[in-house]
Amino acid sequence: MSSGLETRGDIIRGVGIGRATTVGPVLRMPEPVADPADVPSTRAAGEEFARATASLAATAAQLRERGEQAGGTAAEVLDALAMMAEDPALAADVQHRTDDGATAEFAIHAAMATFRDMLVGMGGYLGERAGDLDDVARRAIAHLQGRPAPGIPQSATPFVLVARDLAPADTATLDLDLVLALVTTDGGPTSHTAILAREKGITAVVGAAEAERLRDGDLVLVDAENGEIELDPPQERIDLALQRTATLEAIRAQSSGPGRLADGHAVPLLANIGSVDSAREAVARGAEGVGLFRTEVLFLGAETAPSVDNQAATYREVFAQFPGQKVVVRVLDAGADKPLAFLTDAGEENPALGRRGLRALAAHETVLRDQLTALAHAAADTDALVQVMAPMVSTAAEAQYFRDLAHELGIAVAGVMVEVPSCAIMADHVARHADFMSIGTNDLTQYVFAADRLLGTVAAFQNPWHPAVLRLIEQVGAAGREHDVPVGICGEAAADPLLAVVLVGLGATSLSMSSSAIADVRAELALHSLDDARRLAALAVSAESAEAARRAVLDASTHP
Amino acid sequence: MAERTLAVASAHGLHARPAALFVKAVTDSGLSVELQKGERKINAASILGVVSLGIEHGDEVTLRVDGEGADAVLESLAGFLEQDHDA
Repeated sequence: MSSGLETRGDIIRGVGIGRATTVGPVLRMPEPVADPADVPSTRAAGEEFARATASLAATAAQLRERGEQAGGTAAEVLDALAMMAEDPALAADVQHRTDDGATAEFAIHAAMATFRDMLVGMGGYLGERAGDLDDVARRAIAHLQGRPAPGIPQSATPFVLVARDLAPADTATLDLDLVLALVTTDGGPTSHTAILAREKGITAVVGAAEAERLRDGDLVLVDAENGEIELDPPQERIDLALQRTATLEAIRAQSSGPGRLADGHAVPLLANIGSVDSAREAVARGAEGVGLFRTEVLFLGAETAPSVDNQAATYREVFAQFPGQKVVVRVLDAGADKPLAFLTDAGEENPALGRRGLRALAAHETVLRDQLTALAHAAADTDALVQVMAPMVSTAAEAQYFRDLAHELGIAVAGVMVEVPSCAIMADHVARHADFMSIGTNDLTQYVFAADRLLGTVAAFQNPWHPAVLRLIEQVGAAGREHDVPVGICGEAAADPLLAVVLVGLGATSLSMSSSAIADVRAELALHSLDDARRLAALAVSAESAEAARRAVLDASTHP
Repeated sequence: MAERTLAVASAHGLHARPAALFVKAVTDSGLSVELQKGERKINAASILGVVSLGIEHGDEVTLRVDGEGADAVLESLAGFLEQDHDA
């Protein structure tokens, strides 16, 4: 225990998710089951196979039992895992190996690895599910060795969960009421754990390698805002942290109504949506409209574009949720990670730099004309203020092409997404041909850094706090002011409360985000005046790195 | 033996959830069912086998059912594959 003389306890650093601070006792995930060695069995082949079958059956039963406790989609996921444990093709492979003299442990491990490698080889969605097979194999092996099943530790009281990283099967059964905070030693800001924490609003610090030395029962303070875990924190630190969290929560609970800065300057808070369901959620969470309606979701898997009438019917359903409010529709953004058979060229070597977004639509203008016509019809039937924007615009000429076409087909307000650096650099010219500009920070960051946003090995570049990104946003903001063209933000950057303040300081006139982030952003904006936001933006833009920018803004905003 | 060739309707093909539902329907039937895509044939009671075929939306597959009441089982399994389970 701490002697009480230090002003701070023992600090472990990682990447914080969210802003809250929590204190509680550590509970570790059981150590992962080691891969069994390929040693010849001392038992008869039939006996080994019987052991393997029994452990796989027990694993299936265990998974189903957990599924029944969890219910809902978790039950479905766990039932699918149970089916894998009972799979006849797996059993045949295991028997083949035990017949050849392998132990039950190794036979299960090796058979499952064969199937896993096959899934990994197939890539995409299936490749990502390959980890599920390892999970099933480890459970069966733990059962054979008489050890506890790997997974979330059982506890009756709340705890801070410390793990390497969480697998989907773990998070499916995580009882959120008992988890005070998540700490991982592996995994970065885009890991499964981080995504879960963001979605559910759980305090988390990920990628804290040194958390390896935390033991069950250790008292820790998890400070997501600063990305720190403090072992044996002094009482005054605990009091201060809890007080701060309570204040943040009170501000958040009180905040309602339209987005405003402390001086009353309005910053509309809009939602990013992709379906009728997410539109309803956005309304419930107080969105003032929609800043990004992704229409690809309605087309996924379609061989041909849906008819004008079909499209109009879906658009009408979404628009009806927002009477008198703005709904910005992004026309089809096909290509790269969202290929559509009728728009995307197969076999591009580098689809993120290929004929995607508006480039693909211009090459198939009928699809674009049909979509704009359907949107105009739906807009005429509802009271939503419908606007359209084009994705992947790289030049002023493309902006002009899109606006002319939209106006021709009856949509009065047509803008561009700024996500290609050339569009941001030329924003003063683009602004003359756009009714508004909306910055897509995810793609903009990927293109500024030439770093694939879906590739884990270059994930560290995908940080919108970087001054290289912020400087481009500043240019777009300045062009917007000069030409009196609104500048929105519709990337996940707008969902980071402090970064949202910086974006307003750089000239953003509205912010669009996942609707779950709206309350936090609204609360943070209410703490800063426009002058304050501009001062913070200037600090961020002049920093050397993303970390330095965030640190400078954090220091200046917590001690005004 | 009852046999039919058809195009799979699920928007994301026969992955994960639709695959699990399909295999469940196969095991519930109690009959021996074979699924073929291209040259590869697998036991349709194996979720790992079904998933390993990597069936995408619109892919052509052949179902073969053997045993008592094969026609009715084929009818219901084919109906399942011709529905969009991701909608």
